[in-house]
Amino acid sequence: MEAIEKIKEVLVASVQGAQIEIIASTPAAAQPALLVDRDHVAGVARFLKEDDRFKMDFCSCVTGVDYPALGVIEVVYHLYSVALRQGPVVLKVRAPRDLQECHVPSLTPVWRGCEFQEREAYDLYGVKFTGHPDLRRILMWDEFTDHPMRKDYVPPQDYEWEPTPHDATLDRAKAAGGIVPPTALEDAKKK
Amino acid sequence: MAIDPGLKSELQKHGVFTIPFEELYNWSRKSSIWPLQFGLACCAIEMIASAASRYDLARFGAEVFRATPRQADLMIVAGTVTKKMAPQVVRLWNQMPEPKYCISMGACAISGGPFKDGYNVLKGIDRYIPVDVHIPGCPPRPEALIHAIMTLQRKIAGTDLEAGRRPRWYDSSATTDFPIPAFGEHDLVPPANREIWSPPKDYTDVTIAEVLKKS
Ligand code: SF4
Repeated sequence: MEAIEKIKEVLVASVQGAQIEIIASTPAAAQPALLVDRDHVAGVARFLKEDDRFKMDFCSCVTGVDYPALGVIEVVYHLYSVALRQGPVVLKVRAPRDLQECHVPSLTPVWRGCEFQEREAYDLYGVKFTGHPDLRRILMWDEFTDHPMRKDYVPPQDYEWEPTPHDATLDRAKAAGGIVPPTALEDAKKK
Repeated sequence: MAIDPGLKSELQKHGVFTIPFEELYNWSRKSSIWPLQFGLACCAIEMIASAASRYDLARFGAEVFRATPRQADLMIVAGTVTKKMAPQVVRLWNQMPEPKYCISMGACAISGGPFKDGYNVLKGIDRYIPVDVHIPGCPPRPEALIHAIMTLQRKIAGTDLEAGRRPRWYDSSATTDFPIPAFGEHDLVPPANREIWSPPKDYTDVTIAEVLKKS
């Protein structure tokens, strides 16, 4: 597998107008990623899949990451080539956190296997994948309106009875005027 | 009606067995509990182990796992009840004929267990259906499930059939339908069946704020 800098060079030369940035990772993970702009991620994906040097025929994982400080939701694709036995290439694309603006192009037309995983990212992070053939919630029920993996998600207020409260749960129970066994509170005070 | 124990054992020596009808009736019911065959998470694996040859639940007459609620009289809630699954569990419970019993197996079925702070996990199935026996553990060992079945058998053996003290299912006008929660925008609606669930009475007078104030 080529070094990430080389991959970037090839991509910039081959996909017209693509803006690509290398994002370093921890030395332990040793998986630097390519951050591609929203408009060209589909082109880059198709190129990686079809070019003889890469043949990235397998998208193993799609996930979302919430960065409230940057104001973005990031979608991460892990790509492998079964044909050339190489990978992963980590592809990232970002969208604003605002629910109206939070959309990226779907890569399901490129890798069919993305379908369920993009639905999961939509369900839990609220990222709309434009061009996805069947964008519905997959884990939560259809009537649900929140996106629970976002860091500003507020869980329902069901802290009225907490048998073993501690830390954040204790605070939430306190705010809700909840009930806890007296022993549990003594334990919490000792800490 | 109680029979004199001395007379009973004297008769027994001559091969005459006497037993009140109530006892015979309860004995036959407790010796053939048919559980509903369904599992929700890792606890179900222990339930399967209990039913298999090594732990052999058949010794207690409860090995006939039925794949339909209409033929089952025990629901073993074995595993994490997600909020998406909870309405289906209540629906299954409603479809079981009376008399029916429920064992809540494992930390998850009791309280949500390790996942109780999650957005997707119900904090205990007793919020929607009445539970007869709780088994703590994550997961409880097969011996614990067998113990729960024995506990339930003791409960069944103690069923009073005298008029006025009979359990609810002898009253033909009593409803056996428990409301099925609906999928809401943020949570299940309602989040608990208030008629059968409320925070434990012993603690209802102590809110956290009060305890903290006192200390
Ligand atoms: S109590 Fe433990 S073993 Fe049982 S379902 Fe929950 S996590 Fe799994």
